[in-house]
Amino acid sequence: MQIAIASGKGGTGKTTVATNLAYVASRGGHHVAYLDCDVEEPNGHIFLNPQITDRRPVASPVPQVDAAKCTLCGKCGEICRFSAIVRVGKKVLVYPELCHGCGGCSLVCPADAIREAPREIGVLEIGSAGPIEFAQGVLHIGQPMSPPVIRAVKAMAPRSELTVIDAPPGTSCPVIEAVSRADFVILVTEPTPFGFHDLKLAVEMVRILHLPFGVVINRAGLDGADVRSYCTAQRIPVLAEIPDDRRLAEAYSRGQMAAVALPEYEAAFTRLWKSVEQARGGVQ
Amino acid sequence: MKIAVTSQGPDMNSPVDPRFGRASHFLVVDTDTGEFSVHDNTQNVNAAQGAGIQAGRTVADLGVEAVVTGHVGPKAFATLQAADIRIYPGASGTVQEAVEKLKAGQLQPADRANVEGHWM
Amino acid sequence: MKELVVLSGKGGTGKTSLVASFAALAGDAVLADCDVDAADLHLVVEPKIIRRSRFSGGSRARVMSGHCIACGKCDEVCRFDAVFYDGPGNGRVAKTFRVDPIACEGCGVCAWFCAEGAIEFAPADNGVWFVSETRFGPMVHAKLGIAEENSGKLVSLVRAEAKKVAEARKLDLVIIDGSPGIGCPVIASIAGADLVLVVTEPTLSGLHDLGRVAELTKHFGIQTLVCVNKWDLNAELAAEVEGRARQLGVETVGRICYDQAMTEAQINRQALVEYANAGAAADVKEVWSGVSDRLSKLGPFAIL
Repeated sequence: MQIAIASGKGGTGKTTVATNLAYVASRGGHHVAYLDCDVEEPNGHIFLNPQITDRRPVASPVPQVDAAKCTLCGKCGEICRFSAIVRVGKKVLVYPELCHGCGGCSLVCPADAIREAPREIGVLEIGSAGPIEFAQGVLHIGQPMSPPVIRAVKAMAPRSELTVIDAPPGTSCPVIEAVSRADFVILVTEPTPFGFHDLKLAVEMVRILHLPFGVVINRAGLDGADVRSYCTAQRIPVLAEIPDDRRLAEAYSRGQMAAVALPEYEAAFTRLWKSVEQARGGVQ
Repeated sequence: MKIAVTSQGPDMNSPVDPRFGRASHFLVVDTDTGEFSVHDNTQNVNAAQGAGIQAGRTVADLGVEAVVTGHVGPKAFATLQAADIRIYPGASGTVQEAVEKLKAGQLQPADRANVEGHWM
Repeated sequence: MKELVVLSGKGGTGKTSLVASFAALAGDAVLADCDVDAADLHLVVEPKIIRRSRFSGGSRARVMSGHCIACGKCDEVCRFDAVFYDGPGNGRVAKTFRVDPIACEGCGVCAWFCAEGAIEFAPADNGVWFVSETRFGPMVHAKLGIAEENSGKLVSLVRAEAKKVAEARKLDLVIIDGSPGIGCPVIASIAGADLVLVVTEPTLSGLHDLGRVAELTKHFGIQTLVCVNKWDLNAELAAEVEGRARQLGVETVGRICYDQAMTEAQINRQALVEYANAGAAADVKEVWSGVSDRLSKLGPFAIL
């Protein structure tokens, strides 16, 4: 089973939920994998302390033009929607950072003058945190496109009983890439106006993707927005509420998982795991 | 010499368009005879992306030796450079005035972009 | 005119709350909400929309099932797993190909190679953007459609429009609320800006993410300041974050204490500095004075 942890707003506790869930499920005897797909700012490693045993570059294909074969017909520039390749005068220019790797230019070239070469945009790091299998993607600084790195991380998903996917914040393409094909999505929110507003966007997103989902309310007790009534009205299961507990924030600041630092939270996250299993049962 | 001037309108009294990629028109001017032709760039103004690159290709295809404009970003600069087209940024006033300035040697060719790209 | 971008690297550090307070303190700035993916600034500044425009970031393929002969060429050339063989049948074939609009990258390769001309490739409707008035001044903001692409381009658009508004009204400053992360929307929000303020928090995650976002601003050659929000949550780590910032050539411009008033102000739809005077509000004023001091020293023209 693949569970993706997402949220519209950043900083609501996605990584807290993802790492603790992986931890308690693993303690409960399940074979667990944790995939950090927040490749712009991957933080799960801070809490899980994995041993990284393998590093692989993640590349995106970009065209290379063989000037000897090129007839300057300009077809490559016509097919490219991203202006990543263009014939100018007697030259063909390539702008790798604009390239989406669609391969259209090499397919359309009548002179077979375009070859695609890999361009490194990030790195995939694989290892383990005790019994938990671990993988994370790290986007290189200055690279705009994270989806290929996210795809590379997801391709690593081992055949574990539970794969926890830590998704990036937001509702656009990187998030879609991370959560698509998950069996269940947990949306983490907080009861503040910002958190509530962004939760509604995230709910729209998972509904468009037709994915079953539930909500975890973090920092519960803030009383800034009635997330619970909204969920009831929308028939969205509230899987757990995590209290607004300063000790949790402090443990987080030190890079400690709540379930490790504060024993009562091991039980709380175990209950969350159970309610996810239940919600999954309800959906099927 | 045949040059392209970015213009907000279709004649020599139009103001220079400070933008290169999304200029509304290019006026192709023969600086020796004063003759000019108009090239509409509306399609590029609304281009999703790569307007500077596409504009660079357009003026290269028009066969000009130099471009006179307000600002030029890094991708447009690279594109024009590849086509061996000299770039004179910092032009203002009307197209006519900009051409006179160029002829009087009052515009300096750029050796790099003078604005950041929109990046996307 | 100058552009100040407020970023966080890690989300949820108080970036938007700070921007709202800066808007109140600056008095004569244009606001640009470039967190187009999950825009929240409007919840506090309550803009009155004056102008609304559609945004199209690119095109998207659609198979016209009536014309499809199910040859499968589109599926063969698509690199993005966006083509499925489950479209409705027509007079000739029992099933046709279909493009999943969410998976479609908008490259148009399928439409180019479709021998039947059965694939329509038309501009997609990716979102909407607004020019508004707020009690603090004009604002440009946007809403990217859910599950849409090209947030970077919408960010570029919002920035460009905010600059136009600033020029038209002769305002000197655009304050940009950036998005979390370091990817496409963030790059689009900082490229060519004058100053970046990173709002971080005293956590190991905050420390880690500050490193990445500071490297990014360095990569683009933009002067960068940092402030630690909720510093007293872990004073030791706050000092460590500031030390790390120093190593990265990033100057600390103040600390903001942990204060429930930050959330209360948000609930009351007020900027923190409108809602309170002491505590975090006082700290935010201090940070603003440091930021505006730096902005005034940047000179009339940004050095490229």
